[in-house]
Amino acid sequence: MLEVRGLSKAFGGLKAVDDATLDVRQGEIVALIGPNGAGKTTLFAAIAGFHTPDAGRVTLEGHDITGLAPHRICAAGMVRTFQITQPFAKIDVRENVMVGAWLRTGERAEAMRRAEAVARQVGMGDQLDQLGADLTVAGRKRLELARALATGPKLLLLDEVMAGLNPTEIAEIVDVIRAIRDSGVTILLIEHVMQAVTSLAEQVYVLNQGRMISHGTPAEIAADPAVVEAYLGHGAAARLARGAAHA
Amino acid sequence: MSRGTLALCAAGLLAAILYPLVVRGLAGAGVGVSANYLINVGMLVFFVAFIGQSWNIAGGFAGQTSFGHVVFFGTGAYCSTILHVTHGWNPWLAWPVATAAGALVGWAIGALAFRAGLKGSYFALITLAFAEVFRILANSVEFTRGGLGMLIKADQRPENFQFRDPMWIYYLALALCVVSLAIAWQLTRGRFGARLVAIRENEDAARALGIDVYTEKVKVLALSGAMCAAGGTFYAQKYLYIDPSIAFGVDKSVEMLLVSMVGGAGTVFGPLVGSLVLTAINEGTRSLASVVPALKNVQPLSLIVYGAMLILIVARLPDGLMGLFGRRKSGKRHDA
Repeated sequence: MLEVRGLSKAFGGLKAVDDATLDVRQGEIVALIGPNGAGKTTLFAAIAGFHTPDAGRVTLEGHDITGLAPHRICAAGMVRTFQITQPFAKIDVRENVMVGAWLRTGERAEAMRRAEAVARQVGMGDQLDQLGADLTVAGRKRLELARALATGPKLLLLDEVMAGLNPTEIAEIVDVIRAIRDSGVTILLIEHVMQAVTSLAEQVYVLNQGRMISHGTPAEIAADPAVVEAYLGHGAAARLARGAAHA
Repeated sequence: MSRGTLALCAAGLLAAILYPLVVRGLAGAGVGVSANYLINVGMLVFFVAFIGQSWNIAGGFAGQTSFGHVVFFGTGAYCSTILHVTHGWNPWLAWPVATAAGALVGWAIGALAFRAGLKGSYFALITLAFAEVFRILANSVEFTRGGLGMLIKADQRPENFQFRDPMWIYYLALALCVVSLAIAWQLTRGRFGARLVAIRENEDAARALGIDVYTEKVKVLALSGAMCAAGGTFYAQKYLYIDPSIAFGVDKSVEMLLVSMVGGAGTVFGPLVGSLVLTAINEGTRSLASVVPALKNVQPLSLIVYGAMLILIVARLPDGLMGLFGRRKSGKRHDA
């Protein structure tokens, strides 16, 4: 469904993303992980049209969308959320979500009906009248999700929707994400919460210093020495293996 | 709109319609007021509310704060006056053309400024610069008669867009104000308005949610420019004289911005409330200065009061006077 081929993006001399390749198939939940500063958010931004890639190609359902403006990519059915939540602060949750819903309808009643349905789907049914500015961290994360979902996407790019949440809230949002996938939306997510990655994702890609160093199932990834080293430092995998042998 | 708000609007409109008849009745009954003066003040309230609303639609709803809105006002005033005086057009016919010219100037300034990515204070400054350029041009080119200004020949017939009885120009201003309120109200209900608010609140999020931010911003500036230009023609036909500093002077820009900010930027009734208050201050200080000799040399006193008021509003009431009515009651507004 989504194919990213050889994508690169540099800022000045810094290669934030270097020759990254990634595939998301219809109906999958795919996770993109990597240490802080690995370039995950930059890769997301380049896929969703917020940065123009220096090289590489992005196709969505066979259509080349490389370098298209974000609103065109959104209209084509792929929408992103922001790691640093961006609520419309002075309007309420219903109106926030309606902004997304207006993409597919010009009718106020229909936009409202859709927004309320989506808000309930992500568990914000009783917060519809709260202002964007008054939401908690968990509320803002859900709002990001709801607004994006209201645009009627085929593919949802979620940038750390669990960061800053407590374990109960994480468990809830994991269920929400799974339900969204079951309703037919494909999902690519950036996540640090490994427990969530393991329980949600079928495929995991690992980005380190701008390069894709590994991909596979969560179990394969956890066993990959390159991944362990990316997180714990050079030689860590070997030391761990020695430690395990001694024990 | 809730039933209560609707009733309030209907009552307000009825009062506005009856107002000239009532003040005439009072004057006729020997109460010491000048009916035409009061009608004229009422006309000013609605006229300033109208051009204030044109600012509010771009500056309040869409968050594109302009310091040079007068560029549209002057475009409208000069366009219709040149067509009327120089080319002999009927001013009623020149009016829609002037309105379209305002839309065109709005579109052009928007296309230039927004394509260059100007936001916030940079956008505000570029609009100010455009207004100044237009003022200097109007001062120096032949077809605007330069600094001499343009005089419209007095010929008080309704078909000539001039009225012997101030009541009619009052009603015309009221009609414009009602139209502008209807436009603003529609913005609170429809897709276009929702997109403008999203852009004001967060451009990146708006873009991510499928909004073509550039196009919507250009559209709103064209709409705002059209309304403001329509106000320019109205002004020219009311006072029958324009010159570069009237038509493109910075004080009109400030007035439009001020009534919206004082009343409540981004609200439907903000500019009207602001206009009511500021016109009251204006007329109040003027009559005060004529009564209290010590204040005679403090002119214009109204500007001092404006300034103090703006400081108070910005510091204490960022949502303007409409903010005093509190956050609208949840749920009620959402009857589809």
